[in-house]
Amino acid sequence: MKTRATREGWIDGLMAAAGRDPRVVLMDADVSRSIGGERFADRFPTRHFNVGVSEQEMLAEAAGLALAGFVPFVQSYAVFCAGRAWEQIRTGICHMNLGVKIGGAHAGLSAGPDGATHQALEDVAIMRVLPNMKVLVPADANQTRAAALAAASIEGPVYVRFGRNPVPVIYPEDCSVVAGGADVLREGGDVLLIAAGAMVAACLEAATALEAGGVSATVINAYSIKPLAEDLVIEAAGRCGRVVVAMDHQEAGGLFGAVAELLARRCSVPVEPVCVADRFGESGSPGEIFAVLGLTAEGVAAAARRVLERHAR
Amino acid sequence: MTPCEPSKGGVVPPALRARPDGPGDALIPDLERTAAQVRLDVLGMIHRAGSGHPGGSLSAVEILVHLYFREMHLSPDQPFDDDRDRFILSKGHAAPALYSVLARRGYLDPSELDTLRRVGSRLQGHPDMRRLPFLDASTGSLGQGFATAVGMARGLAARGSRSTVFCLLGDGELQEGIVWEAAAGAAHARLSNIVAVVDCNGVQLDGTVDSIKRQKPVSTMWLAWGWHAVDTDGHSFESLGSAFMEARACRGPAVLCARTIKGKGVSFMEGSCSWHGRCPDEGELERARAEILGGGL
Repeated sequence: MKTRATREGWIDGLMAAAGRDPRVVLMDADVSRSIGGERFADRFPTRHFNVGVSEQEMLAEAAGLALAGFVPFVQSYAVFCAGRAWEQIRTGICHMNLGVKIGGAHAGLSAGPDGATHQALEDVAIMRVLPNMKVLVPADANQTRAAALAAASIEGPVYVRFGRNPVPVIYPEDCSVVAGGADVLREGGDVLLIAAGAMVAACLEAATALEAGGVSATVINAYSIKPLAEDLVIEAAGRCGRVVVAMDHQEAGGLFGAVAELLARRCSVPVEPVCVADRFGESGSPGEIFAVLGLTAEGVAAAARRVLERHAR
Repeated sequence: MTPCEPSKGGVVPPALRARPDGPGDALIPDLERTAAQVRLDVLGMIHRAGSGHPGGSLSAVEILVHLYFREMHLSPDQPFDDDRDRFILSKGHAAPALYSVLARRGYLDPSELDTLRRVGSRLQGHPDMRRLPFLDASTGSLGQGFATAVGMARGLAARGSRSTVFCLLGDGELQEGIVWEAAAGAAHARLSNIVAVVDCNGVQLDGTVDSIKRQKPVSTMWLAWGWHAVDTDGHSFESLGSAFMEARACRGPAVLCARTIKGKGVSFMEGSCSWHGRCPDEGELERARAEILGGGL
């Protein structure tokens, strides 16, 4: 299967958005080369601002650029833009509902060898609680390109989470992303697998494995974690009766939190997480660390069997 | 400008003149009368609201009056004119002084000042541009407004705007790391369309700035970040006028380090950290009013 890093799709999307809209600018905080921002800077030198190792300044300045009439994209590792500059995002951007588009790079466990300091496992939780913020977690490079393009036209602040390492390409190049959207990638009636980001491919693989054992799974890519495609999820959860949620993020507050909150309100069915259980990551290749934490196709399939046993029909 | 209504204290502010397309040409005695009116407004607003920040509002009065009546290109009749100068109150807790100046400049009906901090009011405890749309930014979290002003200046410069961004900070606020980041960023970008003003009243919430985290002289810090720094008396319109002229003339970002007195104009508030965020009671309000009115309006 073809693979490509989602960060490359992000830059593709920024280039396309900048080509369409002269108000689009990009801010970097000294990890431009790592994410790929120099490609943007080469093409649009007067529309690229590198503020150095100053994430708080970058987010607060982005608010100023938005107030001056621009559509500013900012990017850094997710730990630093979402985490370190959280209050700038909260008070300086979300409270004014400014159209700043934030790229959280090297997110989740994709920052593998860099270790716990650089593995953002909490970013979705802290972005999701902010009023006015939309949170997109695309599954592959093509969908990340579409998410960047969508972010440029979505009103208000948007957080887009993507990773460092190549992941399987699931979507065609011309795919589209909308706030509040989700894609049903596979239909089945026994268990619902919901994922975002790198775990979408793992869920598809798990669904194939489950089918060999006589279990049919629906797989939803809930790339828009906020707003969540609530009706789609509720319909599928009600139909399947059991849910597994997979994401390389803490259980608390991430996609698992979002789905569990929704199910608690509207559809009482058992739900199992395949997420990070209140611990930090550690160094290792991304593949190794996903395996250490049980975030694999096998882990998803095992969780599906657990939830089926919990709620045998 | 819109004529000011008589205030509750019976003080009639002067009919200040300002060109709709350019900086005002108010005379200093007029500005001083307006400053006294703003002080009365501030104390009355905070008293009626039951909370607020009198000390840092009173220290900033002349700076704000100068900006809105004499320095900035703006027009209350066209508050969203793209060519207007911008102002960001990074020390957002001085909101009562800003609201009063906006009212006396014709942006607000002065009667609205009574709604400060009330449920449903446009006059939130800290400035909120979504409620009061002719503000150039919402502020309140120290340091952020300044960095947003730098970003705004960066954006306006990038699209060739003639507008200048003015930003008012407190001296305690300089302890925020984001100020250091954005100050260095503005200097590196050689932004000539931003003028910061530091209200150096020397007092922060917990005590004097020197006792909490000594950082004097303030101008030295800005010089180190690459700004053109001008020391000035923040309560003298004459001094402010020449300082802003110097700031506007220089290339690159400029800052006014304005010596001020926390609680200026009310003897028992001056220089005291206990009046950073304390509300005057009825008796204190009357004593304060008497002092301000006695100062000659």
